[in-house]
Amino acid sequence: MANSAAQSTAARGLFEYAPAPESRSVVDLKPSYGLFVDGEFADGSGGTFKSVNPATEEVLAEVAMADAADVDRAVAVARRAYDEVWSRMPGSERAKYIFRIARIIQERARELAVLESLDNGKPIRESRDVDIPLAAAHFFYYAGWADKLGYANLGPDPRPLGVAGQVIPWNFPLLMLAWKVAPALACGNTVVLKPAETTPLTALLFAEICQQADLPPGVVNILTGAGATGAAVVGHPGVDKVAFTGSTEVGRMIAKQVAGTSKKVTLELGGKAANLVFDDAPLEQAIEGIVDGIFFNQGHVCCAGSRLLVQESVAEEVVDRLRERMKTLRVGDPLDKNTDIGAINSAEQLAKIRTLTEAGEAEGATRWSPPCELPERGFFFAPTIFTGVSQAHRIAHEEIFGPVLSVLTFRTPAEAVEKANNTAYGLSAGVWTDKGSRILWLAKQMRAGVVWANTFNRFDPTSPFGGYKESGYGREGGRHGLEAYLDV
Amino acid sequence: MSETKKADAKKTEPKKAEAKKTPKTGKASKAAPQEAVVTSPAPAPTPAPAAPRSSVRKTYKLYIGGAFPRSESGRSYVVTAPSGEFLANAAQASRKDARDAVRAARSAQAGWAKATAYNRGQILYRIAEMMEERRDQFAQQIASVEGVNVAAGYAQVDAAVDRWVWYAGWSDKLMQVLGSANPVAGPYWNISSPEPTGVVALLAPARPTLLGLTSVLAPAIVGGNAVVVVAPDAAAVPAVTLGEVMATSDLPGGVVNILTGAPAELAPWLASHLDVNALDLAGIEAGSTLARDLEVSAAENLKRVVRPAAGYDWSADPGLARVKPFLETKTVWHPVGI
Repeated sequence: MANSAAQSTAARGLFEYAPAPESRSVVDLKPSYGLFVDGEFADGSGGTFKSVNPATEEVLAEVAMADAADVDRAVAVARRAYDEVWSRMPGSERAKYIFRIARIIQERARELAVLESLDNGKPIRESRDVDIPLAAAHFFYYAGWADKLGYANLGPDPRPLGVAGQVIPWNFPLLMLAWKVAPALACGNTVVLKPAETTPLTALLFAEICQQADLPPGVVNILTGAGATGAAVVGHPGVDKVAFTGSTEVGRMIAKQVAGTSKKVTLELGGKAANLVFDDAPLEQAIEGIVDGIFFNQGHVCCAGSRLLVQESVAEEVVDRLRERMKTLRVGDPLDKNTDIGAINSAEQLAKIRTLTEAGEAEGATRWSPPCELPERGFFFAPTIFTGVSQAHRIAHEEIFGPVLSVLTFRTPAEAVEKANNTAYGLSAGVWTDKGSRILWLAKQMRAGVVWANTFNRFDPTSPFGGYKESGYGREGGRHGLEAYLDV
Repeated sequence: MSETKKADAKKTEPKKAEAKKTPKTGKASKAAPQEAVVTSPAPAPTPAPAAPRSSVRKTYKLYIGGAFPRSESGRSYVVTAPSGEFLANAAQASRKDARDAVRAARSAQAGWAKATAYNRGQILYRIAEMMEERRDQFAQQIASVEGVNVAAGYAQVDAAVDRWVWYAGWSDKLMQVLGSANPVAGPYWNISSPEPTGVVALLAPARPTLLGLTSVLAPAIVGGNAVVVVAPDAAAVPAVTLGEVMATSDLPGGVVNILTGAPAELAPWLASHLDVNALDLAGIEAGSTLARDLEVSAAENLKRVVRPAAGYDWSADPGLARVKPFLETKTVWHPVGI
């Protein structure tokens, strides 16, 4: 062990990278942005708010705050566009607009990636290689469905629902927009979308893309704002379909808000995924999977592998190797192409992570972070693991939504399953073992909507995503994702 | 092979349970033939003017965990025909009965989900067989409870039996019809398949009694869920008989639990129960405050809710509208490589 630690220190010296910042010049930020309604940008009637770069705390732009009157107008416009244009247009024609949008996202990928990293704080490597390409892929995938809905095996005569009210989170701003908007449009619905308060900018750039694509006015409307704006969209009587991605707490509120209505609802909520490592697992790959599972996107991932469950016989080795690997993670400037862990999205989220990690220590778990210097300005949090965690600890069952891993152990497969499923959530799970029959058995046992076996945090537009239990209901992605936007 | 053995083992379970019950309750309808066998060799009575024979009436009880208990509350309510004629004293289930039923369902669910689809299909088909055999009994009960003629009663039993057969055939097709293999852009094997959501609470419609019960029960259990169904008011009469069918159909105890009584009393406990995963509000009035309140309670642990529909036609082709809401989609990824 001492040997490998020495090797790793040497390795760190070897990999001292010079900064490799991505240029901001590709992004043309305006000082202020209005709401996107009826194909045009217009002032809102609810005042404005500021969007901040979480890595520097600088104000990026001022953005309109939509109020109830703005929501009224947007829903009316979306209804008109639905009745008069979009629901009547042949699927083959709708498809072309959506394909166009996919292409423009690809063409403007660099600009979108930089803007996403500026507004969200995520490393440019991730926005460039994951968020933006996947967003384009989602539009491309669903575009192809627009004129093939009758083949989706959902019913003999699938029809659009009407106006979709969509509220998305700040962790993957453009990608979550794509998950919502692409299937909605493909199925013939029109959209009123509210991006997260702290990450509105790529959604507003997407509005420009809709203009560039000559999408008929009113088909996509984007209302920036905060929680009250989202509640107004969800509660608006003219909205036929509600789609929400975010916390379980807000999901619950939405489920109550729509009770007794005829609104169709899909909710993609929180998670506390278990990542199970067995003694026969390919450890080198498992360590990478664990790191990817919890430190990808600063751990701001609903399906993050935030509970590591290791078989007792290899627990020490796994934790040692994990610590060594964590020492090589670079925390800092999101626009630096070498950065592994960027900024925490907001001061509020940083405070929440601190509260929960402090609870972890107070409850008796052992905290460890690699030595790493955090930037002086901005919201940063060092990658952290807790060992000696018991199932009763808050850090073992509450979603932290940050780069914090809780390590627990198990002895038998049955115990692993029991512990993995001991959560109110059920979004995802990871399984690491070399034994095929055990992989399939474990995959079956996990009460979770997505199971990654010998991999983690993989996403694809063709692959349905969504939770069991309190992680919400409905699926996004794939053929299954169409059903959320169709009356079958 | 092992699956067949398992199925055989299961077949014996309900029978054992019933054999144990019989001496205790004495009145279970199944006991009647046995008693008849015991008494038949006795010497024939002298041809004195015999009093007209009084019939042995059935006690209408709940069906929980494969057993037929009375309500723990000791309460019962009178079921009358629309004409006012007395039909039965039915057990009036309580909040505690509802909780017991949820616990029984939870204990049975994993085993039921683990049974092969082939096995589940055969058991649903067996339910149809057992119902067919009680066709006359059900038709009479429907006629008296609903105040319709016996022909209408027969028509409803037939529709209900046919519906069990229809759903029986779905058990080993759902995965093929609802699942998918997904062509992800990378070297990964990726499969999505349906899985049961867990424990489902069903509020059966008041009318049609037997077809309504069947139409909420069959789609919920075919995919591997365990259920608690509330048979409202007079529906208790065919519901208890349906419970007897369940108990003799190789259905593991606890997969179906039947509560009789007042939906307005029981539904709130089921809707707010944190170990219930989904809720079918079929029997609650659409647009009512109760329907809304139940949906609000259900939101606490994000239950999957099927809302009531006004004027729903229970005789129409149900499609998969009551199957899919109680199934989850699980997607499994694995790298492909050498």
